Amino acid sequence: MKTPLAWLQLTHEKTRLLVALAGITFADILMFMQLGFRDALFDSAVGLHQSLDGDIFVINSKTDTLIEIRSFSQRRLYEILGVNEVKSVTPIYVGFSTWKNPIERKKYNILNVGLNPEKNVIMLPGVPENISVTQQQDVVLYDSLARKEFGPIPELFESEKTVKTEIGNRQITVGGIFPLGTSFGIDGTIITSDVNFFRLFSDRKQGLIDIGVIKLKPEANLEENLEFLRKNFNYEDISFYSKEELIQHEKNFWQNRTAIGFIFTLGTIMGFVVGTVIVYQILYTDVADHLPEYATLKAMGYTDFYLLTVVFQEAIILGCIGFIPGVSFSMLLYYNAAKATGLPIMMLTSRAITVLILTVLMCCISGIIAVGKLHAADPADIF
Amino acid sequence: MNNLPVININGLNHYYGKGELRKQILFNINLTLQSGEVVILKGPSGSGKTTLLTLMGGLRSPQTGSLKVLGQELVGAKKHQLVKIRRNIGYIFQSHNLLECLTATQNVAMSLELHSQYSKEEIKQKTQEILKAVGLGQRINYYPGNLSGGQKQRVAIARALVSHPKMVLADEPTASLDSKSGHDVVNIMQKLAKEQGCTILIVTHDNRILDVADRIVELEDGHLKQSKVEVI
Repeated sequence: MKTPLAWLQLTHEKTRLLVALAGITFADILMFMQLGFRDALFDSAVGLHQSLDGDIFVINSKTDTLIEIRSFSQRRLYEILGVNEVKSVTPIYVGFSTWKNPIERKKYNILNVGLNPEKNVIMLPGVPENISVTQQQDVVLYDSLARKEFGPIPELFESEKTVKTEIGNRQITVGGIFPLGTSFGIDGTIITSDVNFFRLFSDRKQGLIDIGVIKLKPEANLEENLEFLRKNFNYEDISFYSKEELIQHEKNFWQNRTAIGFIFTLGTIMGFVVGTVIVYQILYTDVADHLPEYATLKAMGYTDFYLLTVVFQEAIILGCIGFIPGVSFSMLLYYNAAKATGLPIMMLTSRAITVLILTVLMCCISGIIAVGKLHAADPADIF
Repeated sequence: MNNLPVININGLNHYYGKGELRKQILFNINLTLQSGEVVILKGPSGSGKTTLLTLMGGLRSPQTGSLKVLGQELVGAKKHQLVKIRRNIGYIFQSHNLLECLTATQNVAMSLELHSQYSKEEIKQKTQEILKAVGLGQRINYYPGNLSGGQKQRVAIARALVSHPKMVLADEPTASLDSKSGHDVVNIMQKLAKEQGCTILIVTHDNRILDVADRIVELEDGHLKQSKVEVI
């Protein structure tokens, strides 16, 4: 067992070690928050898509995102019903309207989703069980994870009170709740029957739908049918997607058409740079302070390579130790951010590994810059 | 004791700088150090003492002439050969240059770890023995920060001698010490070196320690003058 010089060098000066670890923790938290928010944005934007029970989805070819959805004629969808392997088709209606907070009486935008309650395809907990209540006039299901601005609806509902408020200019009643959560484009969602939906959107033309959900017969092949539909229903105004493609289509919008993906990636890079600078400062000072000692080691017959490994060991030790508080604090912040924003932000193993790799890489880059100083450790100069 | 010279220098010249600024520092140096000798190299500042010492220690590449250390020619030697030769030489510097983050024991062990033949137990045993020999048996686990100047220099001596080097090069080892600890330090060096049959070359200004030398050589403006001293 050789003397673990790197470890002893680092732990000898406790204050400097703590400062270094605080710096790395800070950089890690920065990276975790940026990556966390970015992924949460993309995940939250497809929360509704993920809950849809269907094999193939039809939307207007010009629709890029749920929040700017364009309609298409329902005739298209019913034509498809004639295909041999198609089991059922379900139209879904989507639109924004205003929700009045029943306590504060302020109005906020809310997403309305309408579909035939007898052919429900939204598989969020609470929806299949309670969707039938929307067959009553002006009864809706409310997203219990919607932003608090909409009012304490879940609490009121749980305490067995009748929650009545206004959507647009209609009186509605909350008949059930389901957990979906918010996204950057959607603060809250309600689900109701198609009939109620048209009561809320009275100026909307009947016969125009927003999403068509196709279920295939159990033995049918998804790829083949997708290809068949694209070939035989080659209308300009509609496009076909599998569920995965639909989710990716929505994510692509947020990634490419908004600055959000770019901003969070930039934030991650900034965290990386800040971390690199901090670790570099620590390693550089360490090398500079111990220059005569390193020169002595060289004079004793230690090779340049040995000293290089000492600096890199220090870098990697710093990276690994600094990562632990970094990941712990980030989990705490994730928990609080998720509570405050309703975004699905949480620690993922894959992200933790990414950040750990970035941290070690960050420390190694700092190490590479810092060892330039090692060449100044010329044993001939210390006599 | 065999009579093979530890150091054999013939017609060594050394220059600093290039072109017009090229300046000769050492002129036609001839010097032989025998095994077990204690030699003091003195001379005024700027006479080239340190240059000569760093050349002998393989810390600087010699240019012309011949410089043989332990039989190995250093003129024209490769860098890794210089590094190898350094492992057979013990160094004691003006400031102790101990690693602050290591205890006395660990500092001394660093020197032994360069030689792969020692096991962990041997390293531990040899380290403790040599620290006892320099009078620090009670303080083997102290950090340099908790030792006095003389004690630190004694740890440095222990570090230089623990691997039984053929030669020890000391550059002003007493410069930062008071007269008594300076003398103690040199005496310990001399005693241990005699026991191990090791050659010592001390560069010094300090006239108080000249009495430990078998031989004194003087360097002036890059030229070597030799004189035999009477050992009383």
